[in-house]
Amino acid sequence: MALKLPFVPPKPPPMEKMKKDITQSEAWKSIFRHSYQDNQRNRALQIVDNVFLHLHPVRVPRHATNYSFTWGMGGITFLLFIHLTVTGIILMFWYRPTEAFAFQDMKALMNDVAFGPLLRNLHRWAAHSMVITVMLHMFRVFLTGSYKPPRQFNWGVGVILLLLTFLLSFTGYLLPWDQLSIWAVTVGTNMARSVPLQGSEGPFSNYLGLRPDNDIRFILLGGTQVGEPTLLRFYVGHCIFLPFIAATLMAVHFWRVRKDGGISGPVMNTKASEGAKYIAEKMATKRIAQIKGAPANGNGTAAPVKAPAAPKPAAAPVTAAPSAGAAPAPPPTAGGAKAPPPWLKK
Amino acid sequence: MSDALHNFWLILSKPDNVPIVLMIILVVFYCWLAYKQARRNDRLGIFEATQSDKVQVWPYLVKIEFLVTIIVLIVLTVWAITINAPLEEAANPTLTPNPSKAPWYFLGLQEMLVYFDPWIAGVMLPTFIIVGLILVPYVDPNPKGNGYYTFKERPFAIATFAIGFLILWVLLIVLGTFMRGPGWYYFWPWEFWDTHRVVALTNIDIWEGLFGIPSKNVDGSFNLLQVALGGILVIGFLVALPMWIWKKYKEKSPVLRQMGALKFGMTAVLFLMMAGLPIKMFLRLAFNIKYIWVFGIGHDLFFNI
Ligand code: HEM
Repeated sequence: MALKLPFVPPKPPPMEKMKKDITQSEAWKSIFRHSYQDNQRNRALQIVDNVFLHLHPVRVPRHATNYSFTWGMGGITFLLFIHLTVTGIILMFWYRPTEAFAFQDMKALMNDVAFGPLLRNLHRWAAHSMVITVMLHMFRVFLTGSYKPPRQFNWGVGVILLLLTFLLSFTGYLLPWDQLSIWAVTVGTNMARSVPLQGSEGPFSNYLGLRPDNDIRFILLGGTQVGEPTLLRFYVGHCIFLPFIAATLMAVHFWRVRKDGGISGPVMNTKASEGAKYIAEKMATKRIAQIKGAPANGNGTAAPVKAPAAPKPAAAPVTAAPSAGAAPAPPPTAGGAKAPPPWLKK
Repeated sequence: MSDALHNFWLILSKPDNVPIVLMIILVVFYCWLAYKQARRNDRLGIFEATQSDKVQVWPYLVKIEFLVTIIVLIVLTVWAITINAPLEEAANPTLTPNPSKAPWYFLGLQEMLVYFDPWIAGVMLPTFIIVGLILVPYVDPNPKGNGYYTFKERPFAIATFAIGFLILWVLLIVLGTFMRGPGWYYFWPWEFWDTHRVVALTNIDIWEGLFGIPSKNVDGSFNLLQVALGGILVIGFLVALPMWIWKKYKEKSPVLRQMGALKFGMTAVLFLMMAGLPIKMFLRLAFNIKYIWVFGIGHDLFFNI
């Protein structure tokens, strides 16, 4: 058999052609901004081109992916929060926050609604779990000393988030409107009676004319005991007010994790943590000087941090210090103590 | 006996108490995990990676997040299928259950009500907990141990927080859930939760117990000697003790000097308040001591401590 000439390339199989047509189309390209070939560039684009994933940096220090380090607890807390938002919204279709309906709606949910019990159970167990995971997250952050500079503020944001998690759980506890809920909430809100200067049984209440029907507990409950107005208040607080604040603060919290140099670790090599390292080293140097008995603010060798600021040429590359900020600081003798990083000057 | 254990099993397996069992397991596991890493770091020194030791989030982190998401959702779903959330009788404001308990995560706070007046235990102490937590980063003078597990480099901080969290928070929740029965009395696991239990009130104020000095005179006014003794003890503990430590050690201790008087004062007072709780609990549970200081100003400011 002779070869047919001229040579005609084989037709692409129809699937291949279809794929090409689709992935080259304007619509496809408007949605998917990069190809999926596995290379570094696409992996990076995968993160920065996605509004949800871009919460993350493109690359993280290796230890940040280590489950034993973070226990994943902050992330799990966030996951549970999202889960609670979703199940909570669906629950709202079945629930009316009034004395006449609240308990009846719960009964109906447990007996008549398709997948009602599953929905309610998912919400309740996730809520309990979130309280547990947020406490464990705080415990982890403390144990790794991750609240230290520069993350002091984010720790404070976290403490408010802890409080909000408790309040979210507490307000939700009332909604089933059964014996368990109203009495647990009664026990809890009774504390408001004793607030100094605010509660009817607290210090100075007599002088201020505080009574059960005009004190802070009355404002909280909308009455002198847990009743229908309380149910409405807790409902709105639980479904709108508190989640809104919590979500906002979570945004601040996550943003701060990034701005403070990512997940803490013994390695300090990002821009923000360069600052942290500088502060930590400064503190350690000062302390060593004090231990050695030199004047804390003297201008001798004890305070080398200030000294090299002027003579050092601005263009000199900042050499990576061998010891991380956490390790014992270098002795203050060598004149090579680092100048403050440029963004910290002044 | 087996009836009683059965009784305990009923409490243990109440749907709302399952999370607490879960919490115990998780806390124990993570303590072990943290301890293991701290010990390794303390022995070998911390591993210092270099600039290049970074990994790409996609796939190395996203992969883990995906996996954890699936596991958490599976656990929740299985849990939600197997155990129903409780729904008791409809709310009835005229029928108070015994015991009446706050939600489980507040049981540590409810426990404190046994030992102090409500305005102290229910309002001031929780406020101090929140404020104290927020202050932690600003008063901790130790630059070491930032970003890795260690015990050796910050023994005081770790020990304080561990005791506060594990004992004064988690343990009190566990005891409050499983052992506080009707009347908020302690019941052993093998004891039946008897709603009619009567316990003779044998609690006595400390000065009466020690020296026979009553807290109040026959006419109902405060006994001034008791007020003085109690005041000296309480104020001495919370104010004079930190001042004395400051005076004595500020020369010798660079840590104190670095903190300065204000930070040291705040830290010491918060720390001593925290330490005061288990001391008071011990006095009550072991010696039936009711109050150390019984004092009031005007109509409604009472220091029953
Ligand atoms: C609703 C509650 C919270 C959510 C959703 C949340 C979420 C997160 C997440 C996802 C991270 C990244 C690292 C990790 O997963 O461990 C993180 C880090 C951090 N969180 Fe939270 N958190 C919450 C509450 C808290 C609380 C109660 C505290 C402390 C009192 C806290 C303090 C911090 C700090 C200091 C970091 C930085 C840790 C580091 O760089 O190693 N957060 N949080």
